Amino acid sequence: MRDVAIVGVGCTEFGELWDRSFRELFVEAGISAIEDANIQGGEIDALYVGNMSGGRFIEQEHLGALIADYAGLASLNIPSTRVEAACASGGLALRQGIVAVASGYHDIVIAGGAEKMTDVDVQITTDALAAAADREWEGVMGATFPGLYAMIARLHMHKYATTQEQLACVAVKNHHNGTMNPKAQFQNEISIETVLNSIMVADPLHIYDCSPITDGASAVVIAPAEIARKYTDTPIYVKASAQASGTLALHDRLDITTLDATVAAASRAYRMAKVTPGDIDFAEVHDCFTIAEICAIEDLGFVRKGEGGPASLSGMTAIGGKIPINPSGGLKACGHPVGATGVKQAVEVALQLRGEAGRRQIDGAEIGLTHNVGGSGGTAVVHIFSREK
Amino acid sequence: MSVPRFWRRLKNLYNLIGTRCEKCNEYYYPPRNMCPKCRRSGLMVPFKFKGFGEVLTYTVMHSSTKDYAKQTPYILAIIKLDEGPNLTSQVICSHKDIHIGMRVKSTFRRLGEESERGMIYYGTKFVPLINPSKEF
Ligand SMILES: [Zn+2]
Repeated sequence: MRDVAIVGVGCTEFGELWDRSFRELFVEAGISAIEDANIQGGEIDALYVGNMSGGRFIEQEHLGALIADYAGLASLNIPSTRVEAACASGGLALRQGIVAVASGYHDIVIAGGAEKMTDVDVQITTDALAAAADREWEGVMGATFPGLYAMIARLHMHKYATTQEQLACVAVKNHHNGTMNPKAQFQNEISIETVLNSIMVADPLHIYDCSPITDGASAVVIAPAEIARKYTDTPIYVKASAQASGTLALHDRLDITTLDATVAAASRAYRMAKVTPGDIDFAEVHDCFTIAEICAIEDLGFVRKGEGGPASLSGMTAIGGKIPINPSGGLKACGHPVGATGVKQAVEVALQLRGEAGRRQIDGAEIGLTHNVGGSGGTAVVHIFSREK
Repeated sequence: MSVPRFWRRLKNLYNLIGTRCEKCNEYYYPPRNMCPKCRRSGLMVPFKFKGFGEVLTYTVMHSSTKDYAKQTPYILAIIKLDEGPNLTSQVICSHKDIHIGMRVKSTFRRLGEESERGMIYYGTKFVPLINPSKEF
């Protein structure tokens, strides 16, 4: 295995982008990553496309070929592969790209993700997302993703005295970070009252505890570390790429409030990167719901189990705090085009480590972590990136 | 969900029939044809659960998927069956009474309907177990 670096990043704005199609979004993100890395189309060896549900959202499958074609690469006949793991599709596409370069199979790889979620009715979107749970034993009983995470939240509150205010302050913090991200879907401040007074989706989760429905795409260019400086003065080195699976259904977890896949992926990543949670300067985590960020900072080892609520309330996870979480605004405020999210997290970490994150820049950021989850924890992907080789 | 896909699981949904590994004596619901503990398939036999358990966690659903949108608000819960396994189902009771640790028993109820074809699904939901001594 050889060391790998990210040499270019690109991201569309996130939001309800009615005037742009799936293929246009992906190509826009891909082109900006290619221009950022200053590579030529002919140098690209392979393409990985993260996407959860093109079939349901845009009635289009075979997205690998579609993207290669519209990226103008059809004449080169490069391999192009669509990767799916529900909301972790992007993180997994990134990992496939990294593995392909690390193994020596390919040199220059584009890993991207995209989702076009607003072409269909909200009800269809909800149903499509519910397919990431166990259709036969959760979905058919009336479970949805807000419902499953609400049951995690309910038990977390019961076991650890976590409060709705503590959940709400995750959304407040991520909206605040979103105000400093020009690509974020929501760039407005909210208060704890905004969250608590918003409509209830699945008790105790209000609509402001949930990430939105979003269109968007992100892409990165991956290269062998030894030639990374040929493309950029600020390569971002991949110190770990780890993936784990857990039970598909939430009810089969040993502990409903612990995502075993996150714990496993994180411990593999820390071992691979030879770091501890205390060495991580900041992280982009999978806050599909406010409770998910609280579980994530616990399962990633930043705080002990049960302390995620008080830690979030204390400001520890704000920019300027001990461990800033989701400087991009996270899934909550930046938006959650499911297939793009895992790649967008890496784009944010790269911008932060390059010192190019503008008003949301974390001072002295050296090591960043990304955490992308599929479903209620059936898949977790954790990456660790560093400025130093 | 398609008719054959639902039909295949009728006996499991209607009668709370899961599986038991004869080697490990572990109980599974939903049914599995391979035991995750010993990872063998030959020794799995059908097992009918008694239908008693307790609420491990729950939520009141105020919005839902197409099939359930008309039934909101309803209580979704993870229930720990007395024999061991957990399952996801609904609890039919007052939203004021539902709590973690509540004793419940299974009951045969309408689950929902396929809006386009009007097909009605039945299956197992749960109700509070008011007087456990009588129920056994
Ligand atoms: Zn067994």
